[in-house]
Amino acid sequence: MSTESAPAIDQAHGPLVHHADPESGKTGMWLFLFTELLLFGGLFLIYGVYRSMDEPAFHHAAQELNRFMGVTNTIVLLTSSLTMVMAVSALQRNQVKRSLGFLTGTLLLSATFLVIKFFEWSAKYHHGIFPGKEHLHELPWGEGLFFNLYFMMTGLHGVHVIIGMIVMTVVLFKIRSGALAADNHGMLEYTGLYWHLVDLIWIFLLPLFYLTT
Amino acid sequence: MADSNAAATGAYGTTGSYLNTPAGGGLKSWLTTVDHKKIGLMYGAAMFTFFLVGMSLGFLIRLELLQPGTQFISARTYNSVFTLHGVIMIFLFIVPGIPAILGNFILPLQLGADDVAMPRLNLMSWYVYMTGAVMALASLVTGGGVADTGWTFYAPYSLNTNTNVTLAVLAAFVLGFSSIMTGMNFITTIHRLRAPGMGFFRMPLFCWGLYATSWIQVIATPVVGITLLLVVMERTLGIGFFDPARGGDPILYQHLFWIYSHPVVYVMVLPAMGVISEILPAFSRRTIFGYKAIAISSMAIAVVGYLVWGHHMFTAGMSDTARWVFSLLTFFVAIPTGVKVFNWIATLYKGSIEIRVPLLYAVGWIFLFSIGGLTGLANGALATDIHLHDTAYIVGHFHYTMFGGAAIGMFAGLHYWWPKIWGRMYNEKVATVAWGVIMVGFNMTYFPMLILGLMGMPRRYQDYLPQFANMNMLSSIGSWILVTGLLTMLINLLRGARSGPPAGPNPWGATTLEWQTTSPPPLLNFATPPTVTTGPYDFTEILRQNNVEEGK
Repeated sequence: MSTESAPAIDQAHGPLVHHADPESGKTGMWLFLFTELLLFGGLFLIYGVYRSMDEPAFHHAAQELNRFMGVTNTIVLLTSSLTMVMAVSALQRNQVKRSLGFLTGTLLLSATFLVIKFFEWSAKYHHGIFPGKEHLHELPWGEGLFFNLYFMMTGLHGVHVIIGMIVMTVVLFKIRSGALAADNHGMLEYTGLYWHLVDLIWIFLLPLFYLTT
Repeated sequence: MADSNAAATGAYGTTGSYLNTPAGGGLKSWLTTVDHKKIGLMYGAAMFTFFLVGMSLGFLIRLELLQPGTQFISARTYNSVFTLHGVIMIFLFIVPGIPAILGNFILPLQLGADDVAMPRLNLMSWYVYMTGAVMALASLVTGGGVADTGWTFYAPYSLNTNTNVTLAVLAAFVLGFSSIMTGMNFITTIHRLRAPGMGFFRMPLFCWGLYATSWIQVIATPVVGITLLLVVMERTLGIGFFDPARGGDPILYQHLFWIYSHPVVYVMVLPAMGVISEILPAFSRRTIFGYKAIAISSMAIAVVGYLVWGHHMFTAGMSDTARWVFSLLTFFVAIPTGVKVFNWIATLYKGSIEIRVPLLYAVGWIFLFSIGGLTGLANGALATDIHLHDTAYIVGHFHYTMFGGAAIGMFAGLHYWWPKIWGRMYNEKVATVAWGVIMVGFNMTYFPMLILGLMGMPRRYQDYLPQFANMNMLSSIGSWILVTGLLTMLINLLRGARSGPPAGPNPWGATTLEWQTTSPPPLLNFATPPTVTTGPYDFTEILRQNNVEEGK
């Protein structure tokens, strides 16, 4: 009975004659990015409070971090933002192959970022500097907090990188299947916006942790 | 059958009722719908289920406090019971409350739109809400049992207790996500989908209330999200941000917690204020007094309310400067609130008032919320707060604002829009009686708490000194009356939805766009998308029709 009345309509999701507004998705995405900033904002606040309480310890602890790896990772992530922009603009101009290429490049660069991060973290882990390990609790008060903040903030950032990679992979397949194209590139653009935010947050993490000495 | 007739008379989704479009869909058509009206009702069904659970727990708390000494709840269990009561009522009922039920249903109708801006996200937010709710309930039976920290999860106790704080906190985190999604959706909807001709200052005031609410949800919720995650990290990894044993600062937790949780009380109250601003003009048959002042005061409450969180910590250890600044800002919130109350009363003045059930709830709301607001100013003053902090006075105060403000506002809205939602009218006589019983029971339950607090009875204790016995008994008896009233109200509404007489498109003679479509509305809300040429509360046409009917 339900099928005979309105055959043209997707019965599972109701009628998709809902007047779609392409601007809405973008507005919603910007609001979401705003909430992401505030999510990290709580951690930045804690960082600010504890750093103002024990500045020397933060400087001292920051020397433990590998500045070369931190800067390399910044370059990797900034480059991935560039390739992301190029993937978006290529799709807008209907250059599907180019777009797929740049998106793959972004994925590879973000994987590189995670690999470098992994080596940094595991080096710290072997020195017993890791949340929950005893050595961390034996450090002076401010230094212990510094490393806990370091793991929480770069950890949350890393989770965002992983989520970004998952979304990029989905987008990649959608472009390949033609579900996303020049006249319908919103999802790629929003992924790009998200990726720039991940990049932006890292740009603040680098000086706060690696360059603060 | 009805549907094929509909197809003959109009395009799909523009005639008939949303309740049976698509026809014969059954449960699946609800669980997979992207229709904002059905999603609103799905939220309603879930929330009122939780409300009944929370109400029963509150009832048990009052029953335990009927007499001094232990009646039937041990001191330890009592901690878990009031925590569960708070978590359910706050995170599962009043925070999502009005926006998720009435906002979802009414906002697109009032804007003249066919749905919210992101319908699929809307459905997803319901599933996220249900996930959070299931997690909260799962914390009952897993781990060390229900959290016994109070709904605030204060460090350091929340970091050390053996009860299942981790799962409860994660549930609150997930529920926050759902709240953010709804907020994002409403802001986008209001910016993008207003009917042609409807400028921001031609929006109904309920939409303004939701707009202010949504901004708070978007701005404040992520902060508590990260804070609660850090509590989980403290419990699992011992990162030491809030644990004094590891050099952390528990007051920092309180700051981060209240940066969200104070603004969120305006998430509960602002939409209720919007509901009241709809009901008063409709039943006094005149435009609202000071439209712009009410609209802007909603935004002012949202902005100032974001900056007052410190008044929860006057006795916890803050600098004197911080204390007086937070106290001053707290008093500032009273200004836009006062602007609203005076405008509402001015709206009633010289109106042709028709006393119907929604108006009774609205007027009762103003009474209860005024008590709640004014008792709040006493806590906001530094000197008196030292005496009042952590007493039963606080419990009385926030029940007047949260229950009297948010929940009674929701009941007002439900009675106002019920005929639009179901196309059927509830029994107005029973509803009036239920209203009276609720008002008596409410004041009898919560007013004694204000007095008890002034006398020095601390909150969150399962036992008390003999001099508090009379007032506690009065309060407990009041809770029986209150529960009777609430159950009568709910049963009456449900019966009305099932078998009430048809209500017609505009039973109250109201002017906003939702009353210009059929009751219940068709799937796409309007047969033809409306355009707007006047402000929201222009009664010229309604009054002219009334005069014609009366033969003048």
